Amino acid sequence: MGSITLDHVTKSFGAVTIIPDISLDIRDGEFVVFVGPSGCGKSTLLRLIAGLEDVSGGKIMIDGADVTNAHPAQRKLSMVFQSYALYPHMSVRGNIAFPLKMEGASKEKIDEAVGNAAAILNLTDYLDRKPRQLSGGQRQRVAIGRAIVRQPKAFLFDEPLSNLDAALRVAMRLEISELHKKLGTTMIYVTHDQVEAMTMADKIVVLNAGRIEQYGTPLELYSKPANRFVAGFIGSPKMNFIEGAEAARFGAHAIGVRPEHFTVSQEAGSWKGVVGVAEHLGSDTFLYVKSESGDQLTVRTSGEIPVRSGETVHLTPMDGRVYRFDAQGHAIAG
Amino acid sequence: MARAISTRRKIAISAIAWLVAFLIFFPILWTFLTSFKTEGTAIQIPPKFVFFEWTLENYVTVQERSNYFRHFSNSVITAVGSTIIGLLIAIPAAWAMAFSPTKRTKDVLMWMLSTKMLPAVGVLVPIYLIFRDLRLLDTHIGLIAVLTMINLPIIVWMLYTYFKEIPVDILEAARMDGAGLRQEIVHVLTPMAIPGIASTLLLNIILAWNEAFWTLNLTTTRAAPLTAFIASYSSPEGLFWAKLSAASTLAIAPILIMGWFSQKQLVRGLTFGAVK
Amino acid sequence: MATAQTQTAARLMMAPAVVLLLGWMLIPLSLTLWFSFQRYNLLMPGQEFFTGFDNYRYFLSHPNFWSALANTLILVGGVLTITIIGGTLLALLLDQPIFGQGIVRLLVIAPFFVMPTVSALVWKNMLMHPVNGLFSWIARVFVVQPIDWFAQAPMFSIIVIVAWQWLPFATLIILTALQSLDEEQKEAAGMDGAGPFPLFFYIILPHLARAITVVILIQTIFLLSIFAEILVTTNGGPGVATTNLTFLIYMQSLLQFDVGLASAGGIVAVILANIVAIFLLRIVGKNLEA
Repeated sequence: MGSITLDHVTKSFGAVTIIPDISLDIRDGEFVVFVGPSGCGKSTLLRLIAGLEDVSGGKIMIDGADVTNAHPAQRKLSMVFQSYALYPHMSVRGNIAFPLKMEGASKEKIDEAVGNAAAILNLTDYLDRKPRQLSGGQRQRVAIGRAIVRQPKAFLFDEPLSNLDAALRVAMRLEISELHKKLGTTMIYVTHDQVEAMTMADKIVVLNAGRIEQYGTPLELYSKPANRFVAGFIGSPKMNFIEGAEAARFGAHAIGVRPEHFTVSQEAGSWKGVVGVAEHLGSDTFLYVKSESGDQLTVRTSGEIPVRSGETVHLTPMDGRVYRFDAQGHAIAG
Repeated sequence: MARAISTRRKIAISAIAWLVAFLIFFPILWTFLTSFKTEGTAIQIPPKFVFFEWTLENYVTVQERSNYFRHFSNSVITAVGSTIIGLLIAIPAAWAMAFSPTKRTKDVLMWMLSTKMLPAVGVLVPIYLIFRDLRLLDTHIGLIAVLTMINLPIIVWMLYTYFKEIPVDILEAARMDGAGLRQEIVHVLTPMAIPGIASTLLLNIILAWNEAFWTLNLTTTRAAPLTAFIASYSSPEGLFWAKLSAASTLAIAPILIMGWFSQKQLVRGLTFGAVK
Repeated sequence: MATAQTQTAARLMMAPAVVLLLGWMLIPLSLTLWFSFQRYNLLMPGQEFFTGFDNYRYFLSHPNFWSALANTLILVGGVLTITIIGGTLLALLLDQPIFGQGIVRLLVIAPFFVMPTVSALVWKNMLMHPVNGLFSWIARVFVVQPIDWFAQAPMFSIIVIVAWQWLPFATLIILTALQSLDEEQKEAAGMDGAGPFPLFFYIILPHLARAITVVILIQTIFLLSIFAEILVTTNGGPGVATTNLTFLIYMQSLLQFDVGLASAGGIVAVILANIVAIFLLRIVGKNLEA
C-alpha cells in the first residue's frame, strides 16, 4: 500500500515562502510526476514528502497515518537522487544491500534480495565494483536497485535522468516505466522535462511558484489545459499564443494554437505569413512563420512539404483546436 | 590535445629541473652525509662527499651524551598529543559547520582563522607568566595545550573543507535508506571522512613537530622537544658538526617522510582552501 | 539537513572549539594590554604601578624599535621577493614534462619539512661557516675571498636561510594554481599568435595572481614572527643588525624581564599583523562564498 496525502502543506525558509499551500491526493500504485520550471518548488515538495525537510504547516499522511513529524527512515519510502548519491566506499552489492542491513535483515534475505534486484537491473556482473568504476547509466541502476530492495511504500525520484545523455535518458525512461508496471508501487517523479512527464506519468502535477496549476492525466493536460501556463508548458514545440485583435475575434484575451494543429496551404487560409526558417526532418517539417499581424508562429506538419525559406504560406487552425484564455490566463470553456 | 614534445627538449628541461632540485635538496643531503662522518672529516677542507669512512658512532654518541631519545619522545608526545586533542575538539565543530551551517558559520570560521594570525609575541608575556604560576613551564601538558591552541584553527579549517566535500545527498540517501543518526555516522559519514581526517592529522603533526617559538620559550630540559634540543647546538663551544648532523637527520627524517606523503593535502591545508 | 533539533546540536558541537579559542585569544591579549600600561619588571617585584602610555612612548621612541621594524620589513620583503620570483620560475619549470617528475617534486618541497632550528644551524655551520663551510671552499676553488656571512651580511644570510625554507611552499602553491589553468585556454592563446612571453604575462600571470596573493599574505603572517632562525644563528646581532620585532620583544621580556615594555611591543606587533591579516581574511572569505 502506498497512498500519500498532502493536507494544506506549506514551507518557508525564513522569510521566503516556497510553497504557500498545497493539498494533493496520490492513490496507491499511481505514477505521479511533478513537473514545472526550475525554482517552482517541485523538489522541495518531494523532500517534504521524504522527510528530508520539515513542513512549516499542514499534514503529510502515508496510508492514512500522519507522518508529518516522522524521521525519513520511519516513512518507508525510497528515493533516487539526481546525483545518485551512491556510497563511494561501498561496492555495488554494499550499496544495494544497505537499506536491508539497516533493517537488520538476515544475510540470506539480503543476498536473495540483492540478487533479484541485480538481475532485474542487469547489474549481476558488476556487484563487486565500486560506484566510481561504473558508467552513468549503471550508477543510475544501482541507485534504483538500492531503492527497490526494501520494498518501500513509494518511490521518490528527484530528476534522476538529468545527468544522462539523450539516448540513455530515453532507455532509462522506459526501464523506469517498466519497473513501475512490474512492481505496481506508487512512484513520485520530479522533473523539469515535460517530455518525461508526458511519457511516464499516470498523472501529472504542474507546479509553478509553489502552486499546483493543474493535476490530471497527460492527455487531460494536453487537450484541456486549465490555464495559459499549463498550455505553454505541456507540448513540444510550445503552443503559439496570439493576442490582440485576432484573439478578440475569438472572444478571448489570448488564443493558443499548438504547432501541430495548423493546416498549411500555399493558396488560402486564416492567417498569411512568411516562412523564416524551414527545418526538414523527413518525418516532420517545422516552419517558423512571421504572420502579417507580426506574431512569430511555429508550425509542425508531418511528412515532407515543399516549402522553403522566404515563401508565403497560409495557416488555418484545425477545428476545435483553438484554446481561448481570459486576461488572467484562465482557459475559457467551450 | 598537446602536440608531442620533442624528446630532446624534454631531456634538456629534465636536466635543468634535476639540477635545481638537487641544489635545493643539497643542504638536507649534506646533513645526511655528514652524520656518517667523524668530526674530523666533517670539517675537512676540501670536503669529502661520498668517499670517506662511514661511521655510525655519531648516532650512538648523540644518544649517550644528551639522552637524545628523551627529546625525540618529547617531540612525539607533544606533536601527536596536541594534534589528537585538537582533532577531538575540532571534529564536532567542523562537522556542525559543514552540515548544519547558519548565517554566522562563515563569521565563526573567519574569526577562528584570525586567532591564528595573532603574533605569538603578542601573548608571550602573559602565557609565560601564567605558565610560571601554574608550574606548566617545561611540562608536556603545558606545551601540548599551547600547540593545540595554535593549530586548532587550521585543524578546524582543514576538516571543514573536507567535510564540506561530502555530498549532503549521500547523507540524505542514508536517512532514506532507514539509517538512524548513529548508523549514518558509523556506516556512511566516518568512512567518507577518514581520508580527510587522516591528512589533517598528518599535516598538523608536521606543523606541531616543527613549531619553534613556543617550544623554545616554554621548555628548557625535561619537556624540550627536538627543536629546542637542536637549538642547544648553536652555542659556539666547538664544532660538533657530525653529531649535529646525526641529531638533525633523526629529527627531520620522520617528518620529511610524512610530509612527502601528505604533499597533496599540504596546499589546501595551508591556504585554508583558498588554493586547490 | 535543516531540521530544528540539529541546530541546537550543532551549537553544542561547536562550543568547545569556540570557547577555547575565545579564551586563548582574549585572556592573554587583555593581560598583555593591561601589562602594557604598567611599570612592571619581574626583577623588581612589588613595584608595579600604572604608567599610562609611557611604555609605548619609550618603545616607539627607542632607536632599537625602529631598527627592529626596519629589519622586520627587510626580512619579510627579502624572503617574499626571493620566494615569489623563485617559486614562480620553479613552478613553471616543474609544470613541464620531466623525467622523474615525482622525485623532482619531492626533492623540491623537502626543505619545508625541516624544522627551523635544524635548517638554521645546518646553513650557519656546514654551508656558511667562514673557514670550514662549503661556500668558503667553493669560493676558494674559484680563487675568491670567502665571505664571513654572518659578520659581513648577517641579514642577507638569514634571508637566504628563511627563503630556502619557504621556497617550496611558494612553489607548491603556485604550481597547484598553474596546473588548474585550462589547457585549452593556452592553446587558444597560441592560436591567437601569443608567444611564450605574452602567454606568460597575459594568460598565466593573471591566472596566478590569486595564488600569489595568498602566498604573500600567508608567508607574511609567518615571516613577521621569525624567531628560531635568529636565535640560533646571530642572536639578533651583530649589535641589533638582525633583531626583528619578535626577537626584540623576546629580549625585553624573557632576557630583561621588562614585562610592561615587552607587552607594549607585543601590542604593536599585534596591530601590525592585523593589518596584513585583514587582507588575507578578505581573500579567504571571498573564496568561501564561491
